[in-house]
Amino acid sequence: MVKHKANKRKKTYTPGQIIWQIVRYFSLIFFSFVAVIPVVSCVITAFKTEEEYQTTNVMTLPKSFVNFDNFVKAFNMANMGKAFLNSVIVMIFVLIASVIIGTQLAYVLNRFQFPGNKLIRNLFLFASLLPAVAMQVTVYNIMQALGFVNHLYGYIIMMCGTDVISIYIFIQFMENISISLDESAIIDGASYWTIYWKIILPLLKPAIVTSCILKGVGVYNEYYAANLYLMNRNLKTIAVSLYTFVGPLGSRYNLICAGVIISLLPALIVFILCQKQIYSGIAAGAVKG
Amino acid sequence: MEEAVAGRKGFGGWLRSRKGQKTLICVGFVAIPLILLLSFTYIPFVEMVRFSFFKMKYTTPVDKRLFVGWRNYLDVFRRKDCFSALKLSLYYCGGALFQLVLALYLATILSFKAKGNNLFKGFMFFPFLINGIAVGFIFKFFYTRGFVFDTVLSWCGFDMDNLPFWLKDQRINNWSLVATSVWRYFGQNMVLFIGAIMSVDSELYEAAELDGANRFQQFVHIILPSIKTIVTLNIILSITGSLSAFEPPYVITSGGNGTGTYFVIMNEIAHVSQKVGLASAMAVVLLLIIFLCTILQKLFFKFVFRDAESEDESYKAKRARLRAEKARARAEKKGVA
Repeated sequence: MVKHKANKRKKTYTPGQIIWQIVRYFSLIFFSFVAVIPVVSCVITAFKTEEEYQTTNVMTLPKSFVNFDNFVKAFNMANMGKAFLNSVIVMIFVLIASVIIGTQLAYVLNRFQFPGNKLIRNLFLFASLLPAVAMQVTVYNIMQALGFVNHLYGYIIMMCGTDVISIYIFIQFMENISISLDESAIIDGASYWTIYWKIILPLLKPAIVTSCILKGVGVYNEYYAANLYLMNRNLKTIAVSLYTFVGPLGSRYNLICAGVIISLLPALIVFILCQKQIYSGIAAGAVKG
Repeated sequence: MEEAVAGRKGFGGWLRSRKGQKTLICVGFVAIPLILLLSFTYIPFVEMVRFSFFKMKYTTPVDKRLFVGWRNYLDVFRRKDCFSALKLSLYYCGGALFQLVLALYLATILSFKAKGNNLFKGFMFFPFLINGIAVGFIFKFFYTRGFVFDTVLSWCGFDMDNLPFWLKDQRINNWSLVATSVWRYFGQNMVLFIGAIMSVDSELYEAAELDGANRFQQFVHIILPSIKTIVTLNIILSITGSLSAFEPPYVITSGGNGTGTYFVIMNEIAHVSQKVGLASAMAVVLLLIIFLCTILQKLFFKFVFRDAESEDESYKAKRARLRAEKARARAEKKGVA
């Protein structure tokens, strides 16, 4: 907008403005290049045949960009079809469960004053301070005791249980939903369940979308706990299935890169489709502090 | 009248009364999340503190666990690998601070509207969405001798023979790992700061522009004051974050060649050598440090910011605040209507 105005006034720039524009575009292009080059090099390598990979420099473009052999090989080798299925199952259940749990908890904490309200809020806040990796030392023990290790449902339940950020997004959003809506519904004789189900939940829709995207990306990319609890070959999620490339392939990076590209394709598609929601989700997650 | 009904019909009636329904819905909606929170956060937490006083493995039956008192804690400080690993967080701290400055700079640049902003923003943000294992592979590949990074540097005129081994040379490998973490998160930080900058009233910039303020002045007098809370918060978060640095060394070097951070060592002690007691003690020590940082942060905000904001509120900030309040009131009116 600022630039637009300047244009309208006159088409001349002061030297300062010109330097500023040069610096600006130089930094943007440079850091975009830095951000993109590791991924681009992977894409280039993923399209190379074995012979090309051995003989050409990594940054030389491949002969053809329609050679999908590596992708097919990588896909089969890491059992990625099954892994995609597992990831989708985990994601669907975790998202549904965390939306239900999160919105219900936010509704109660925001609308009702009862002894322990503040305590529960603080319990969740405190939980967000505990680093997940440290907690796994003993969560592992509990997962074993419950018989949750090596079962998809066990992993799903655990992933629902360690969800703090989406609860915060819901609580924040609830604060902007006018309480007079609840009151008029009560006068009309609606039960609390009806208020939650028919009024609050539909109004929370933007927050639900935001938290689903953030949580979905998080679940899709989670590998540490998945690695610990889903050791069976048939239970691996997509992030963990990539790990199968470590041993046998050594440095056959054309295959590994193909696997990497396959694994990040869904994230890329979601990103292109939902850029706005992702950005606003990042901003919403930040305000919690 | 509800009370009377409740009195007549006993418990069933009470359940149907408003008060009963309220209790029912509170209990019903809070129970599951609370049970999950307790069983996957607080019970493990208590167990962790308890385990830290025992010498045990995951498979040791309860009666065979050996109580060793404070020995695990002493070991955390005595063992070379544990304590020296904490020093590595200084690298990550340095990286995180650089990342914040970079993110702030780019966010400021991008907050002035111009063509192509969205594209640049997308490029820089996307690494945040790549999973950790994939990032690991990408950078193993990236840093391999004669591969991507070396090639790019040779384009810039560096002699390939003089370049170090990025992941093996102990003088540089920690910085290489820190760089991957900066690469992954600077875009996310940037988007966060852009969000904060955008929430500043845009009329302020226009007023400043008319007054002839240049970009740098706009940054110092408008942008920085309005986002200093979120910047400070992120500085503190980056300290706790770098203490718990884990992913880059875990997936790229597996902690070899002196790159094992505290959590990588802890993970190995817990799940490979199965010294659960020692690992728990390590976790507890780190948690205590993190709590300390958090408390300091709270105090910092309480004493530094409150005073600064109430006494020092500049004319511009005040104007911004008043205008924001007005806008909110207007929005509320609209919401009611």
